[in-house]
Amino acid sequence: MSRFSRMIHPKDDTQQWKGRYYPYDLVKELFIAVGVITLLALVLTILFSSPDDKPSTIAQWSQQKPADFTTAAVKELDGTSPTAEYGPPYNHNGTGQEAWIIKPQKWLGVSHPIDTELDFVVGPLETIPGDPALTAALAQYKTAPEKQKKEWAEAYAKPLEETATAEEEKKTPPNTVTESNGTVIVKTSGNAGPVPVMMTSLLAMAKSGGVDGSLLTSKQFFQTDYTKPLLFMADGGLLSERAQEQHLLGDQWGMMNETGSYPGQAWLWLYALWYQVEPFKSSENADILVMIIMGVLSLAFICIPFIPIVNRVPRWIPIYKLIWKEHYRSEQSA
Amino acid sequence: MPPSPAPTAPDAHSWTVKVREAGVEALPPEKLLPDGQPTYVASWIYMFGVASIASLIVIIGSGSILALKGPAWWHYTGVGHFFNSIHMWAVELFFFVMVVHLWGKYWMAAWRGGRTRVWITGAIIFLVAVPTALTGYVSQQNFDAQWISTQAKDGLNSVGVGAFFNVTNFGQMYSWHVLLLPMAVVLLVSAHVLLVRTHGVVPPFELEKRPEFAPVAAPAADGAVSAAGQQS
Repeated sequence: MSRFSRMIHPKDDTQQWKGRYYPYDLVKELFIAVGVITLLALVLTILFSSPDDKPSTIAQWSQQKPADFTTAAVKELDGTSPTAEYGPPYNHNGTGQEAWIIKPQKWLGVSHPIDTELDFVVGPLETIPGDPALTAALAQYKTAPEKQKKEWAEAYAKPLEETATAEEEKKTPPNTVTESNGTVIVKTSGNAGPVPVMMTSLLAMAKSGGVDGSLLTSKQFFQTDYTKPLLFMADGGLLSERAQEQHLLGDQWGMMNETGSYPGQAWLWLYALWYQVEPFKSSENADILVMIIMGVLSLAFICIPFIPIVNRVPRWIPIYKLIWKEHYRSEQSA
Repeated sequence: MPPSPAPTAPDAHSWTVKVREAGVEALPPEKLLPDGQPTYVASWIYMFGVASIASLIVIIGSGSILALKGPAWWHYTGVGHFFNSIHMWAVELFFFVMVVHLWGKYWMAAWRGGRTRVWITGAIIFLVAVPTALTGYVSQQNFDAQWISTQAKDGLNSVGVGAFFNVTNFGQMYSWHVLLLPMAVVLLVSAHVLLVRTHGVVPPFELEKRPEFAPVAAPAADGAVSAAGQQS
């Protein structure tokens, strides 16, 4: 046997137990354990219940934060939102995350295609009947060259983004965006073409709940896939604002928390830990790097019996003397 | 036509007979359900293995009630919310007792004596339980589910898993949560328990043979030594 083989597969002197046995009722023990766990779960339920914060909707988002909604919507239109630039599995507008030569996001390709311009803006607007101004605006937009579309959307997006940045940095925003009676008025410095009409109509549609329905039922009546409305909402500020209040952001160990003061997925602590430290904290490829680390650690966890040193630590640190205290005591007295 | 008399000797070519005989040989009834334990099995740490199974039973019981009534029931009825709370706290207890059980088995070096597969199945149960819980969190249909799914998607997408496991697709996640992943956990737990019954509970280290910092008990090839598990 080679030295390496001895390291990962050292001599095992564990013998078959030839000693005494004591009477033991396995089935009774299981019933008692189920009873105790049920009782514990019952006590915890009575004392703490469980969280159930109502979900956000696009309607709520557009009603509570109309400027934020409009900013997100115009970025979907000009292709600069996080979803628009995401890459696989939603579109080809980004390469996805990578680690050295490992690019699984790119390799697996686009499996859930999302065109934010069509799916989040133009598509829903086309379902609105009886609005000649909107019909004309949509016709103008759809027949324009791509470069022109981009210029219109960017002209409209610029004041909104400047206002959002100023608010984020807690500075006085420019007077180019005003909210009045739930509508958003944007003073553009350039020509925004049909985009203001489109955005005003989309905001009105969203406030009535029409965008929620439109994004869900775009394929079929019965629907269980919430990918589109969730990604659209995640591009705005409402979800993250609620998440921050509930200590759920990534830099708040959010991956393992849940709303309220409940334990959440505490077993994800090691996964969440990597996001709190450099270089992962500021890396654009943090997700794939953390997933690779956790994959390697998970494999190591399974293979503990074969990992040199790790498989001998239990022998070196005599915690086993506490576990088998009674056994060793009775052996010594015998 | 009258029924033929029962065969006096089993047919050696019968697949059923072969499976039965192999099963009984590997795990005779008195070993599968023993009424005696080695005297060294005398510590509170041994409670956490059975507590893990008990928690899983409570999880499946409460989860079955929630599944019977449908995914929205618990949001608008007090009884539904009660069973959701039982389900959630049973999950928290399951992970707590399972982690203590795993740590206990680590400090016992419980893979010794041909028990490598016992450790491996136990570790895999923990790793499979994590996505089982995650799919539950993203199937809640509340703000928690919205936030967790939009965050979890990035990690899964980054390694390509998102291409076929879409955490923002409620229907897909609910299927994984109520059927596929619990079935995997139950099958793994069954294999783990049968392996424990086959090999018995790992015996203690022998004190007199313990040289400090020397090669000691560690893994052996599965089946190399079958310890304990025998009736007194």
